[in-house]
Amino acid sequence: MSDNQAPLYGVMAAFDSPDALIAASKAVVKAGYSKFDTYTPFPVHGIEKAMNLKPSPLPWLVLCGGVFGAIAGFSLQTWVSVKGYALVISGKPLFSYQAFVPVTFELMILFSAFATVFGMFAINKLPQFYHPVFTQPCFESVTTDGFFLVIESADPNFELAAVRQFLEKNGGQNIVDVRDEG
Amino acid sequence: MSKYSEHPAVARTVLVQGDASYEAITETVHRPAITKPPKWWHIGLSAGITGIALLLSMIGYLVFEGVGVWGLNNPVGWGYAIVNFVFWVGIGHAGTLISAILFLFRQNWRTSINRFAEAMTIFAVICALIFPGIHIGRVWAAHWLFPIPNQMAMWPNFRSPLLWDVFAVGTYFTVSLLFWFVGLVPDLATFRDRAKTKISKFVYGIFSLGWRGSSRHWLHYEKAYLLLAALATPLVLSVHSIVSFDFAVSQLPGWHTTIFPPYFVAGAIFSGFAMVVTLMVVARKLFGLESMITDRHLEIMNMIILATGTMVGYAYAMEFFVAWYSGNVVEQYAFVNRAFGPYWWAYWIMVSCNVISPQLFWFKKIRTTPWLMLVVSIFVNIGMWFERFVITVTSLSRDFLPSSWGYYSPTWVDVMTFVGSFGLFFTLLLLFMKFLPMIAISEVKAVLPHGHGDHDANKGGSQ
Repeated sequence: MSDNQAPLYGVMAAFDSPDALIAASKAVVKAGYSKFDTYTPFPVHGIEKAMNLKPSPLPWLVLCGGVFGAIAGFSLQTWVSVKGYALVISGKPLFSYQAFVPVTFELMILFSAFATVFGMFAINKLPQFYHPVFTQPCFESVTTDGFFLVIESADPNFELAAVRQFLEKNGGQNIVDVRDEG
Repeated sequence: MSKYSEHPAVARTVLVQGDASYEAITETVHRPAITKPPKWWHIGLSAGITGIALLLSMIGYLVFEGVGVWGLNNPVGWGYAIVNFVFWVGIGHAGTLISAILFLFRQNWRTSINRFAEAMTIFAVICALIFPGIHIGRVWAAHWLFPIPNQMAMWPNFRSPLLWDVFAVGTYFTVSLLFWFVGLVPDLATFRDRAKTKISKFVYGIFSLGWRGSSRHWLHYEKAYLLLAALATPLVLSVHSIVSFDFAVSQLPGWHTTIFPPYFVAGAIFSGFAMVVTLMVVARKLFGLESMITDRHLEIMNMIILATGTMVGYAYAMEFFVAWYSGNVVEQYAFVNRAFGPYWWAYWIMVSCNVISPQLFWFKKIRTTPWLMLVVSIFVNIGMWFERFVITVTSLSRDFLPSSWGYYSPTWVDVMTFVGSFGLFFTLLLLFMKFLPMIAISEVKAVLPHGHGDHDANKGGSQ
């Protein structure tokens, strides 16, 4: 690597179809690479198994959001009705918990949804407006019909020539080096 | 047209007709964003903006003069504002129903209509939210609806269904917007990558959050989408239930019934689907989307309109039965008065449009011919507006004491405010159709036969 070149991020290869990409991902895992990623225009089912990805932890976050929303909602109503603004309305007791159900429910849903959406973006580290893969002009097709696989230089087994050869052998096309120009 | 011999719920029917390559789908959906909009779009937009101007001037007049400019009187303290609110919220139910409930039931046919229906939901709820915001005429006190600490140490009454409504509709709007945005992100990235001008590249780039289609992202993304669908399903059912509590929790004859929550939810789905059909028939023709929004899609929606319309008809009949069976004279009178009292005309418009007209969808010819379903769906929209009018106004105008009876008629300000809200709705819809992906590109690609990585039946089958 010469001094004026940006550091190497990884090697990118394009594939024809989701099936080819799944087959290649299996080969990548088998060859012992762990720092790699695939890029597709739509979620390809079965690739998570081929890539050996762990299930998403998102449901636990959502559970926390929901529990928080329900407790916060019920507590808010109880405090307002019993302490903050204690008024007897149509002869009902101050702590009329039956009437607090709808708002508790709605706030549970609201905070679960916040946890789902913002949690998902946080786990995915989005928004992230710059990423080395965007420096490749051919990568624009990833949102239309391109299927890409990138083995990253951060992988302990990464060796440029071997990786290029490996991708070529497994059906990769247009193999290019991706540099981190950020 | 291709053959659909199998039932949509079990079989993988042809969801996309004609040239169904990935490139072709992207190209079809992206086309409106880069081509000059046709003449009708400009005409529609000018009409819509005129409607917004009308809406704003009516609201301005209301705020300046007070609610006296509306037709409200002493027994009838709820008029057009609540009728329009319930009407628009009801329409707003179709989007989340299609997105969430049909997603959980694995109804793949929903993919080409869900985006449009979700957008319609959001715009309808925006229109709905205007009415409770202005209905007291004192818009500067609108924030009293929310539990915000204030210098008066005053808090809202959490035992009131009207406050439940604030939380239900507010949550519904927020969650629908999030759901819609999450679905849009990958498609906005498609638009970003195909943008022709610097500005559009920048704007789509910002809103697509730097989405790069990573499989590690898709994993969490799909989980989030599933969770949102699971959250939105009870939410959508709760919203119109809570809207119905505005009526059902009161003591008024004709309102105080336990049938209201399911009856309102069925009616909301009914009206929402009718609005989706109305708009979809027109939009797919104008934008040439017939290959993705097929006749089959419209037919299934018409079947749902038929089913929910029949439920609504059942609810109308059951209300009468329960009123008679209760033995309560006042309750019985409320219903006789609905059908044969001073508002008989509104009641029979409602019955003709909501109960009789959807029954035409038993005929295959009617539910598969675009212009015929357009006519029926417009009738349903009209009928559902009248349903809310009948429920609200007939009960209020004649309650327990004949000495306090009255008659409500709207003023021109009432009518023009309602007309203006359509202007807002259509303006937002036209802007959406021009600038955003009308069809969920990534979802449609995933339901193509060759888009399934692990689908055995289509393994390795690419074009």
